[in-house]
Amino acid sequence: MSADITPPVSRPKSTGLHIGEPAAGVKKVDPIIVASGVKRTFGGLTAVDVEHLEIPRGAITALIGPNGAGKTTLFNLLTGFDKPDAGSWSYDGKDLANVPAHKVARMGLIRTFQLTKALGRLSVMDNMKLGQTGQTGERFWHSLIPALWRKQDREIEQRADELLVKFKLDKKRDDLAAGMSGGQKKLLEMARALMTSPTLVMLDEPMAGVNPALTQSLLDHILDLKDEGMTVLFVEHDMHMVRHIADWVVVMAEGRVVAEGAPDQVMRDPAVIDAYLGAHQELDLGVVTGRVAIIDADPTTDAEASASVDAAVIEAEASAELDAEKENDK
Amino acid sequence: MTDTRTPVVLVDDVHAGYLPGVNILNGATLTAYQGELIGIIGPNGAGKSTLLKAIFGQVQIRGGSISLDGEDITGLKAEKLVGKGVGFIPQTSNVFPSLTIEENFEMGAFQKPSLTAERIEFVMSIFPDLAKGAGLKKRAGGLSGGERQMVAMGRALMMDPKVLLLDEPSAGLSPVRQDEAFLRVSEINKAGVTCIMVEQNARRCLQICDRGYVLDQGRDAHTATGRELLNDPKVAELYLGTLGA
Repeated sequence: MSADITPPVSRPKSTGLHIGEPAAGVKKVDPIIVASGVKRTFGGLTAVDVEHLEIPRGAITALIGPNGAGKTTLFNLLTGFDKPDAGSWSYDGKDLANVPAHKVARMGLIRTFQLTKALGRLSVMDNMKLGQTGQTGERFWHSLIPALWRKQDREIEQRADELLVKFKLDKKRDDLAAGMSGGQKKLLEMARALMTSPTLVMLDEPMAGVNPALTQSLLDHILDLKDEGMTVLFVEHDMHMVRHIADWVVVMAEGRVVAEGAPDQVMRDPAVIDAYLGAHQELDLGVVTGRVAIIDADPTTDAEASASVDAAVIEAEASAELDAEKENDK
Repeated sequence: MTDTRTPVVLVDDVHAGYLPGVNILNGATLTAYQGELIGIIGPNGAGKSTLLKAIFGQVQIRGGSISLDGEDITGLKAEKLVGKGVGFIPQTSNVFPSLTIEENFEMGAFQKPSLTAERIEFVMSIFPDLAKGAGLKKRAGGLSGGERQMVAMGRALMMDPKVLLLDEPSAGLSPVRQDEAFLRVSEINKAGVTCIMVEQNARRCLQICDRGYVLDQGRDAHTATGRELLNDPKVAELYLGTLGA
């Protein structure tokens, strides 16, 4: 969108992650997740049908694709929140089949949700503390003797405070989570996910509902995770974010992995543009709909093109995306 | 220039919040004239969704007033507001998943069942894609995010509202679907419905809206036409995203 504005200092991307030509299912030098033949159907709908997918360790991988492509379902399968009908998948060389979600989390694979799951009646701090696993005070007899857990509790609180400052939520520390806005809950969830210092962080649409003003700091947080040695896998529709921070991009459509590669490369792929991006990002919808004159077009867009495109073209494209989904239903 | 017209919606110095003693809105003011498409943008926690909920009687109003066509509607319950011509499309949980699309639409018109057939026709003219496959007999729970958003909008249109409140209609949609959602909102607005829309996709929102409000800390910091805001360097820096393409 804003090609004329200088991008913030960009950190180096991780390269050399794959073996051979980048294509769907390509092998990685050091994969942290390996999925093979993973299939999940809901009645007649094939939500996920992944032949082979490897997620590179220590890098930031984006999972993109149209609505209904199976991105969230794949997340659910990988994290034990759902079970596939067939296939095998492993994390860090350990087979994950039949491992329940809470054990997956203890293994260092933490996820966030598209729709936030903060506990509204608890304070922000209590929500954060819940994120920490292996607390001594959780055990019944231990809980009766504060001396056994007080020190650990203080350490947990200190870590939570550090994270809250980092995510600019420190002023909300003692407020109930219910009183936070959608975007703030999103930040809280991400901060909470980091309480256990996970190995792999999976973020489901971290930017949805977060205001653009906060985008930059959130991106910095994600880049920091990589610097700290974590692996990040995220689902996102915000292509600026994908281009800016992802080292590797996996494109899903109709349950399958249809393309993989470095962001710039993937986004130039005509098949990806066709299946997902659409060719209209540079248009001014105000001009397209005839609400404003071409002379007033948004300077960051292509005014001429906006004036010549019919809204029906964009609608037809969206409609085609829906058809692809329906086709998949059968 | 707009002062001579009577506002359809007038939010005057509203203070409101969910928890005792904590106000999210601190003197929010908004005016929407007949046929306008209003966009509301602003940082997280600025009170954008709360402002819509305040208009729709979903949050306790502790000060100020809200009127519809000159009639005071402050604190009026949602069902009364629907009867008076206000439609609200929440961001999430906005359809009845166990009901079919058609039943969802019927629920939308339950206060005036006589409208059902005619309104379904209108809704289908805006969202022809819903007729695909099993059409209106599909269960809403099995729909994709994009379709669900269409059903939610359709249901809110069933009562032939004069004002439509939309909470982030583009949230969670793929780029091309987002564009489609904005085009549909524009279409609904052109059919004569005054629209008040909260959006995170500030650029797209400002591109199609007539007037925009920038909300900050529960009050409106700035209002101007969509174009003026789009070209305002400060708005660009804060809300339109400065990430390199």
